[in-house]
Order: sequence, then structure tokens, then C-alpha cells
Amino acid sequence: MTDKNQVAASSNLVVILGALSAIAIATARIYASEGAALMLVARSADRLKGLADDLRARGAKQVETAVMDLETAAADAPRHMADWMAKLGGLDHVHVIYGYLGTQKKATSDPSELARITSSNYSTAVLWCEAAANIMRAQKRGSIVGVSSVAGDRGRQSNYAYGAAKGGFALYLQGLSHSLALTGARAVAVKPGFVETPMTDGMKKGGALWASPEKIGKILRRAADKGGPIQYAPGIWRMIMTVIRTVPAFVFHKTKL
Amino acid sequence: MSIRFDASDALASWGRVVKATHLVARPRFPDELPSLLAGFSAAEPGLAVGLRRSYGDSNLNPAGRVIDMTALDRLIAFDRKTGVMRAEAGLSLSQALQVLVPQGWFLPTTPGTRFVTLGGAVANDVHGKNHHAMGTFGASVTRLKLHRTDGSTHELAQGDPLFHATVGGLGLTGVIEWVEFRTVRISSASLEAQDTPFENVSEFFDMSAETKETHEHTMAWVDCSTGGSSLGRGILSCANWSPHGDLMPHQEEPKKKMPMDAPSFALNALTVRAFNSIRHGLKTMRNGPYHTHYEPFFYPLDAIAHWNRLYGARGFYQYQCALPSETARDATIELLKTIVSSGQGSPLAVIKNFGANPPVGLLSFPREGTTLAIDFRNQDEDTLNLMADLDQIVASAAGRLNPAKDGRIPADLFQSVYPKWQEFCAHVDPGLSSAFWRRVSA
Repeated sequence: MTDKNQVAASSNLVVILGALSAIAIATARIYASEGAALMLVARSADRLKGLADDLRARGAKQVETAVMDLETAAADAPRHMADWMAKLGGLDHVHVIYGYLGTQKKATSDPSELARITSSNYSTAVLWCEAAANIMRAQKRGSIVGVSSVAGDRGRQSNYAYGAAKGGFALYLQGLSHSLALTGARAVAVKPGFVETPMTDGMKKGGALWASPEKIGKILRRAADKGGPIQYAPGIWRMIMTVIRTVPAFVFHKTKL
Repeated sequence: MSIRFDASDALASWGRVVKATHLVARPRFPDELPSLLAGFSAAEPGLAVGLRRSYGDSNLNPAGRVIDMTALDRLIAFDRKTGVMRAEAGLSLSQALQVLVPQGWFLPTTPGTRFVTLGGAVANDVHGKNHHAMGTFGASVTRLKLHRTDGSTHELAQGDPLFHATVGGLGLTGVIEWVEFRTVRISSASLEAQDTPFENVSEFFDMSAETKETHEHTMAWVDCSTGGSSLGRGILSCANWSPHGDLMPHQEEPKKKMPMDAPSFALNALTVRAFNSIRHGLKTMRNGPYHTHYEPFFYPLDAIAHWNRLYGARGFYQYQCALPSETARDATIELLKTIVSSGQGSPLAVIKNFGANPPVGLLSFPREGTTLAIDFRNQDEDTLNLMADLDQIVASAAGRLNPAKDGRIPADLFQSVYPKWQEFCAHVDPGLSSAFWRRVSA
């Protein structure tokens, strides 16, 4: 490890929301190797325990877990966030990683699916971000890193429910980043492209545009320390999405994307 | 999210001779295993696989279901005082080393690649360059947890019959959820190594009888393209852990990779001979001890990701036999003569002596004597015929072949060289099978 990491280790107090996703595990392992203190939040107590043991064995200084449904608990976000901060002895980075892909087809006919996609990817996610932001505004440091998606860059017939929620989330983080700009705290939306995770099982994987959860984890870890408010993961997607956004509707509407 | 099996053409063994479609599921948590296993039956058996470094068909179940274990990769416990590690079966040796080395610990023994899962290391009871000192990986396993397709789970330790069937059991006795094993102390991540050329295979036998006493790690590269008085010339590498140096682990990602299959002319007899000759010359010049990190010494081929593509799109076979001490010298000479005259030998021939450690598993491959491993680019009938000739020599020398490398031996040969195979059969989970097992148990 470099000197920089050793300095960071003494101030790595990290909350991870949706800690059991493949991307979250990859991110948490990077923090663990730096000797960070981690608060892992997800629904399954057994799985969280297994992950906590793994992170301790990999060098995490402290691992706490909280079992909850992040969508329903979001109404109490400020209280939970203060609680976690007290357990860790401070708050440096908050990663909002949980999300729900759902299916557009079901969302079109079933309002509860549409509501869940919106709630998981946007309306509860921003509650956690704001709770963290209020702490960081006051302490004048810290970072909030939310996982958005390239799907949020242009509405498409195949997944506009998910895309709109993730796009809205990125916009919220961008605004939050602006509001924090003078305080020293930061907010970042990371937009991954295709990632090899269970969320994408059933799709044909392995092409040049597919990234491993470990690669996205590295980008999330770096985003906690530096970079602009919107980061593509990996960076090539900024170019791809610029092209996709610029295609005129009369052309785009002929595609099945 | 419930987990399911998806059809994939991407699953292959390291030799890449067999092209097949599999139904693959990749669980991420141990609690997902029972429901996956519940669907397996004698009529439609499944198989758990890891990083697929076995060369032949012991890790394949064509047209059937396969559980990819590589996402079950959590450490469960690591005691920094005793060095005992417990981890899920999908953890790679490479990842284990990332945790062990900075704390001053190392794997008790390691095969020639770090891209092997713990489950795979147990199921193949892998050996390394220090077999004569430490035995196989299974000898350091203290406990493991096994799931059977009937829904039962078993925590097993040395002495339990099912433990000794599972070690070296090729994944056929159940699916291993986690493995607990002892590690060994190191005071640095470096070795004091020495390369010594030998002019023919007889010299190897004389030299290695001595280095066995003086060095923990030994193996030799052998040239399979020259005959006559230079038959079996090569380089003997040996090393001991160094007391000097830091505890920096290896870099996880290989630096280079083979981007695509090599064209068929890339590895013909001529280039093989040139490669070996250059290597021989170079090594002759550097004769003396040197200080090296463990990575290039233990894992020279891991430096190039997908090196198996070097053998082209049709893939390759590895032939590995173990010969008892009494017949080893004569049989090795006989084998090398046959290989040289065939002109099919590759640069990657390895020879090493096994120690007297008693086998841990019923099907464990190593036995006291000598092991020889050679790669053969797949040239269909020519290669199969050559290996059938080698089989004759091995069988008459009372030797045996390594199932982890094999993709073609007939049932009668397997059964005659593994006399405990019937005892093993009694422990096989009827819901699990592989292409290898269907062939050799017929």
C-alpha cells in the first residue's frame, strides 16, 4: 500500500447501503484492504454476517452491520445515519449502491412494479443522500457516491422506468454536489455501463463493453476521494452516451434499443 | 433474486479440446446452494466447478448443469497466530495469498498456477514443487463442509471416510461449501533459488536425489525434442524460502495476455526445438543462486493470461503420469524416446520427484517416485495414438495418470491404476457426475 492509503486508513469511516450486491462487495473489499471501518446495510442478516467476517479477515479495522429494508427505512434516514455515524465514530464516505432493475414490461402493466423501480432507484435513494449530506455540510468534509446508470442518459422503450429513476438520481447528486461545493464535502453519481452481476443474468455477457464488479468497485472507491459529480464507469461510456443522446428522435425511434 | 441456470458455450476446460454447451448457475451466497443441488439427480446429474484449470474433461458436464463456484469467495476466518484459514470453496489461491503473505504466511503447497479455487485444490488434491516436504494440499486440510444432493450436509475432518473420498474426489462426492486448512510461516515473500542444467535425464535422477535433501522446492524443465545422449536434457530449479526481504504479495492481474488463439504454425516442432535450445543456453549461463519473489518462481505461466490459447483453437492435451521409484528411471527414458521420435513434444514438459508422503485421498494422484507432465497440441488421431503408446509404458511400469489432466483415458486403464476406485464409488453422490467420470466408471 502507498503512503496515501495509510493516511486515508485513519479516516476511512464508510457506510455502504445495499452492501450485498456484487459491486458493493467489490468496493467494500478495497476499503477492507485499506484498514477502513465499515457499516454494511442490507436485508439479509446471515449474508451480512458472512461478508463482515470476510472483510475483517481482509483487514477491515471494524465492521458493523445493520439489517433493514432500505426502501422502508428511508423515511427515518436522518436517525439511522446519525446512529451509524456514532457506531463508526464519524462519517467519511457514504455509498448508495442498492437498486432494482425490474422489467419495463411488468412496470407498464403493474403499478407496484413501477412504484418499486422508482422508489428503489430514486425516491428513497435521495433520502439517504440528503441525510448524509446534512452531516457532511456541518462537518465540511466527506463524500456521497451514488450508483446511477448509463440507462439514465436517454429514455428508451426497453427500460425507461429504470432509466428515468437512475437518471433522476444522477441529477439529484449533481445538484447536491453543487450545493456542497463550497463546504468541502462532495457528491458523485457513478454511471456504470454493462456490469457482470446477477442483475444482468440472462443477458449475453463478455463483450468488450462488459466490466467486472471489481472494476466498478475500483471506480467507486476512487470517486469517494476525487473526480467530478458525474463519472462514467468505465470512462468510455461518456463518449458512447454522448453519441446515443445526440441521435435524433426520428432515427432513434426506428431502433429497438 | 432467485438464481437460475443459463445456457453457455463459454465454459471450457484449460485444454479447450471439448467444445460443449452447459447450463451454468453462479451462486453468490452459500444459502443458494441447497436449492441448486436439489434439482440434480442420477438421471440429470450436475457438477460444481471452479476456475477450470483442469485440462481435460473432469470439470465438464456437457449438455448438463454446472454450478460455477467462483463467486463463493468469502474468507470465513483467518487466525493470524496459528495460520489456520477457513474460506468458501470458490476463493482462489491467488486471493488467499493476498491475505496470507502480508501476515507472514503462505500456502502449505501450491500448484503451478494461483488461479485455482480452494474447492478445486481439494477436489484434485493438488501438489506442488514441495511435495517431497509437505505432501499434497489435502494433507493440510483440517476440515471441510460438504453438501450432498440429497440435502444433507457434512462437516468432515481427517479420518472420516467421506473426507478421504472428497480429497482428490474430483467433485463427485458432494459440493464443497468451505475449506479450512493450515498455512506455513514465511519470513519473506522471496526465495533463494538455483537453476542447474543437466545434460540428460539420467543426470536429472542423480541430481534430484541430492536436492531433495537440501531444498524444499524442486522441479525441472525437460526438452522433449532432442534424443541420443541429450535425451531429456533440461534445467533443475530448486529453492528455499529466504529469510531476507519484505512480505509484499504478488500483483493480482497478469501483466500480459494472449488476445486470441495462436495460428497453427506458431508451435510446430521447429519453434519448440528453438525455444528449448535457447532456454537451455540461457540457463546454462546463469548458474548460481539467485534471489526471487515467489511469483515468477511458482507461477511463471500466470504472467500471461490465457496462455492456453498458445496452442491454437483446437486446444491441447496434457499428459501427466506418476511412476514408482523402482521403474521411474527406465520408464522415463522410454517415454521421452517415444515422445522425441513422435516430434510432438512441447516446450512445457516438467519432471519432478514425489516424496513418500502417504496419499490423503482414495484417488490422490501423487505416489512416491517421479512425475512427468507434457503438453501436446491437439492433432486428433496422431496425438491420441501417441498418448495410447505412452499409456502402455506407464502401465507396464506400474505408473498412473493424473485425472485432473486427463481427457481421454479408457475405463480399464483408469480402474487398473486406481485400485481404490471401487471403494471411492461407494462415496460418489449419485446426483453428481462429469464427462471424465462417465467415461472411466463405465
